[in-house]
Amino acid sequence: MVLLSLMAAVVLAIIRIRNLFAVVVLSGIYSFLMASVLIVLDAVDVAMTEASVGAGISMVLMLGTLYLTKTTEVVPVHTPALPLFVALGTGAALVWGTFGLPPFGAADTPVHTHVGREYLVGSVPETGIVNVVTSVLASYRGYDTLGETTVIFTAGIGVLLLLKRVHRGSGSK
Amino acid sequence: MRLDVILRVTAKLFLPFILLFALYVQLHGDFGPGGGFQAGVIAAATVILYAIIFGLAPTMRLVPPIVVETMVPLGVLIFLGVGLAGIATGQNYLDYSHLAHDQVHGQELGVMLVEAGVLVTVSGTMVAIFYAFAARGRS
Repeated sequence: MVLLSLMAAVVLAIIRIRNLFAVVVLSGIYSFLMASVLIVLDAVDVAMTEASVGAGISMVLMLGTLYLTKTTEVVPVHTPALPLFVALGTGAALVWGTFGLPPFGAADTPVHTHVGREYLVGSVPETGIVNVVTSVLASYRGYDTLGETTVIFTAGIGVLLLLKRVHRGSGSK
Repeated sequence: MRLDVILRVTAKLFLPFILLFALYVQLHGDFGPGGGFQAGVIAAATVILYAIIFGLAPTMRLVPPIVVETMVPLGVLIFLGVGLAGIATGQNYLDYSHLAHDQVHGQELGVMLVEAGVLVTVSGTMVAIFYAFAARGRS
């Protein structure tokens, strides 16, 4: 609860502040708070990813972008009414959707009774891997991880195509 | 005298340990949190920290862009190759059970190779994107 209130405070600060450097730093703080929330939820692998990617790499990339552009946010020309309505509507729909979820940690939900139980029981005798997250990611759900790796590959190629400067002889700009 | 001497000395002290931690996260992923993705990001962070402290040109001499850009597809190819090795040993695609003398060791070997592929692609992509951003600002 404390972490969630801190995250809400950080979001309010991000909305108020016009200096984009401070916004980038605050978004890094937001990622670290999110990582702490995930640790509280016992999702250590996800927390590690959030801390390293959200607070580390993406902050460096956003600071690199700020280095190329201006560091002050321009005042928006449109009224914030429509975006505010869309955001509030989406948020309300998501909160409404959480009422349909089973209580947190309930053991008799479909997630824990079908295939999840087999992963937990079978991981050590079948693959010898103690960390079930790793055995599910790399072995049981190898296709998904292959897809994720391909997504990263595609994203990297796309960014390189957009940003990389090609020097053709002396005619480079 | 350079004003950033503290930064340089501290970074030099920290860099090997960050890289070692990346290897730990990679190879210890079977037992603790972590794996190829997290280790790849931490390894890329080592290179990015070096570039921030010591400048882009020395970093590009140390880790040439061509190496980084080769790593991006290489990891996916490692992953695909392990999958095809599953077929070659008489199993389904991405089934590692026959890669070693018994099923458990085959699975461990396959998972290790697949995580290595993820590490190579993730770290290569992160450093390549960073190079693309940083090189643009220098013109």
